[in-house]
Amino acid sequence: METNRRSIINILDLSVDELDHLMDLADDIEKNPEKYQDRCAHKQLATLFYEPSTRTRLSFESAMLGLGGQVLGFAGASSSSASKGESVADTISVMSNYVDIMVMRHPKEGAPVVASMHTTVPFINAGDGGHFHPTQTLADLLTIRRTRGSLSGITLGLCGDLKFGRTVHSLIDAMLRYPDNKYILISPKELRIPEYELDKLKEAGVEFEETKSLEDAIPKLDILYMTRVQKERFFNEEDYLRLKDTYILTPEKLHNAKSDMAILHPLPRVNEISVAVDKDPRAKYFYQTLCGKQMRMALILYLLGLDK
Amino acid sequence: MNVDGIENGIVLDHIRAGKAMLVYKYLHLDKLGSQVALIQNCTSHVMGKKDIVKISEDLDIDLDVLGYIDPGITVNYIKDGKRVEKKTLSLPETLTNVLKCKNPRCITSVEQELPQVFKIVDRTKALYRCVYCDTIVRSEELN
Repeated sequence: METNRRSIINILDLSVDELDHLMDLADDIEKNPEKYQDRCAHKQLATLFYEPSTRTRLSFESAMLGLGGQVLGFAGASSSSASKGESVADTISVMSNYVDIMVMRHPKEGAPVVASMHTTVPFINAGDGGHFHPTQTLADLLTIRRTRGSLSGITLGLCGDLKFGRTVHSLIDAMLRYPDNKYILISPKELRIPEYELDKLKEAGVEFEETKSLEDAIPKLDILYMTRVQKERFFNEEDYLRLKDTYILTPEKLHNAKSDMAILHPLPRVNEISVAVDKDPRAKYFYQTLCGKQMRMALILYLLGLDK
Repeated sequence: MNVDGIENGIVLDHIRAGKAMLVYKYLHLDKLGSQVALIQNCTSHVMGKKDIVKISEDLDIDLDVLGYIDPGITVNYIKDGKRVEKKTLSLPETLTNVLKCKNPRCITSVEQELPQVFKIVDRTKALYRCVYCDTIVRSEELN
């Protein structure tokens, strides 16, 4: 497959075979890190972060450094030429001359599409506003596969902000490609999943239900995917303050959960998962960040054609 | 009311009544130096009422825009007073710089030199998707 200049904007840009290959590769990276530690020697990754995201940026940088490569970039629009009014297209055209592979986070939706039109090296979207964040979904998929042993036959609970939560939409899009999964959508009515996403569940003919009650849903779940109500997605502070504490996962709420349920969260959390839950063996959200790093390593290797 | 036929140019027929001004606007007919006739609410056997636009110039018109405004429009090319070609339209696959994305979070809201590109997602409902942010727009949003 042609991978040079390939752009990954949406999780659906990767086929199921490619997803499976990346997860296999991540598993091999975990087992044999020394095999990969110099694979990207003399290769450079640019991290172009137009809005703050310490976690995702450092995950990519750590991934590239773990492969023996080098990183350069900026963190925040004020430290980039965007503050002088340079377009995404121009920045990408210039950066294409400097590096072997690029990662970009941009607050505006569709900025990665512009980047993909101008890049001459592989390009990865690290989040564009409330739109797509494919490498978070890669982390989620690997965490689910490792904790459940498979991506099929799972009852997946998605809780919190299902309206603006891009990670939720991407995860559903990805999981719909694997058979026999059920979906339980847990949110207040103001943060219900959008109609277009519901339509996908209906079209796929999968079993799903919507509920406001985390307590009612929790005994049925194999995976509980918690999300943060994100302040930056609201135009109105009042709405944010009213909805931010709707669901808080506590050890008490976990009493009725299955003993092998896994709790995931794209992080950062604010208060939707009580710190007391961290000690519970079902809490997998920090492990998820390790999966994220390994999937980013796998994706970098694959896009550079260095996976074999 | 009589409007003369044209010797050379284009007759846009079967325009849904009331849409002629949109055709005039989006084909930028105000920029032409030649004669343009815009006839509203003509009697039509098939449509009841229809609009017609006559342009006395062999213009390279944007059929995609026209198809988007009303896919039922017929385009008649006239030479020496006779029709030499007739084209029917359909909704175009891609629309460039016709619609504007209304999503305030779209990259086109801050980088205004980017072309506004939309792709069709549903022909029966005439729905288009912004290629950047995936926001869906409906045809009636054109004005």
